[in-house]
Amino acid sequence: MPYNVKPEIGHAWSPKIVAFVCNWCTYTGADLAGTSRLKMDANVRVIRLTCSSRVNPLFIIKAFERGADGVIVSGCHTGDCHYSTGNYYARRRFAILHDLLQFMGVEDDRVTFSWVSASEGNKWQEVVNETTDRVRALGAFHAPLQEKGGETL
Amino acid sequence: MKELQELAAKLLTDGAVQVVIGYEEGPRGVRPAFITDPAQAGRLVFDARCVQNLATYLNPRRKHIVQLGKSAVVVKGCDARAIAGLIRERQIARESVVVIAVRCGGVLQRPAENAALNSETISVRCAGCDVREPKLYDYLLGELPPEPPVNAARSEQIAKLEKMTPAERRNFWNEEFSRCIRCYACREACPMCFCVQCMADKAEPQWIDPSPTLESNRAWQMMRVLHQAGRCVDCLECERACPENISLGLFSRYIADAVEKRFEYKACDDPAVAPPLGVFSTEDGEEFIR
Repeated sequence: MPYNVKPEIGHAWSPKIVAFVCNWCTYTGADLAGTSRLKMDANVRVIRLTCSSRVNPLFIIKAFERGADGVIVSGCHTGDCHYSTGNYYARRRFAILHDLLQFMGVEDDRVTFSWVSASEGNKWQEVVNETTDRVRALGAFHAPLQEKGGETL
Repeated sequence: MKELQELAAKLLTDGAVQVVIGYEEGPRGVRPAFITDPAQAGRLVFDARCVQNLATYLNPRRKHIVQLGKSAVVVKGCDARAIAGLIRERQIARESVVVIAVRCGGVLQRPAENAALNSETISVRCAGCDVREPKLYDYLLGELPPEPPVNAARSEQIAKLEKMTPAERRNFWNEEFSRCIRCYACREACPMCFCVQCMADKAEPQWIDPSPTLESNRAWQMMRVLHQAGRCVDCLECERACPENISLGLFSRYIADAVEKRFEYKACDDPAVAPPLGVFSTEDGEEFIR
């Protein structure tokens, strides 16, 4: 258990999901989803950043370290970046991070990378709901793993 | 070897360089040598025990070596890739170093070993080596030895890990990382870790908890590996330096393979090739993005 994750006494477990979104597309898209009164799971904490290339892979690692069960990273579609090329660079970094997380044994379903534009409120709703469902099915990230057994090399 | 000693003596006598960084016989196998006197050039050796990556000593952070003056460094092909990396990332100028490359027939796992090269004793990093005859050099010495045997231990281990379930993989890495004592030997031994201030040493903001807990150890190693993605030259000095024998070499191979598969980039000794994470292509795959 990480040092600063406190068990929530008296509450059933519910996934904690951190979303790193870009200001120009996904944040606006999420705002649209909100003003359109779309029903979404309330498990996602949105962190607004200037661009998806502002997302240091360490953000995601730190989020898990500090008790998140899932992470969403979302920005503008390629070609639509407010800063022209930010998400192209980000895409390369995310690709490597995605592969590394898999190699480290973080389930693929815990981390969602997506492109959501400012007009895609519906897509944001789907991303949030699907990610929450998948993380809920996987269970808490910091649950003791030893019981599940595992082959040692 | 005579060729190497004569060249070192000549470079020092001519004043072309002030120090030759090479290998010498030590009390426990081969060790790095810093030759400043041409009369001492006879100490230099080169054989399969020359495991160390001497490009580490070109790191501008190592001021005690920089102050000796211009250096010539003895490299194998894999080490030449690290020099190319330092030039590519503007840490050293090409003219500031004399590269003495030696054609290589594979190296052992540890410099203190004294065994014949076979598929068990040879370093795993020599498997699939394509730089036995380096292209980045000022002087190229020796004859090209025959193709070395292949040690497939690492690729077999990676294949085994990839077949596991995520939970099993996490258990494996948890066991590895729980041993880490955060001595940062992996960082200090690395030729490509040259930041003046490492993010792991920053207190404000504190990215990595300095006490060795499983979570902070995992965060530290993931950060190190991600910073090395597309830059690592797979010299395995991190793994050799690790006092806890953590399988850091698995990362370097896995990430190198991932970078090669995705961006068609392979660590090479050509400083003009752009680093894969510093450029992009609009055609990059995004099958993992929804």
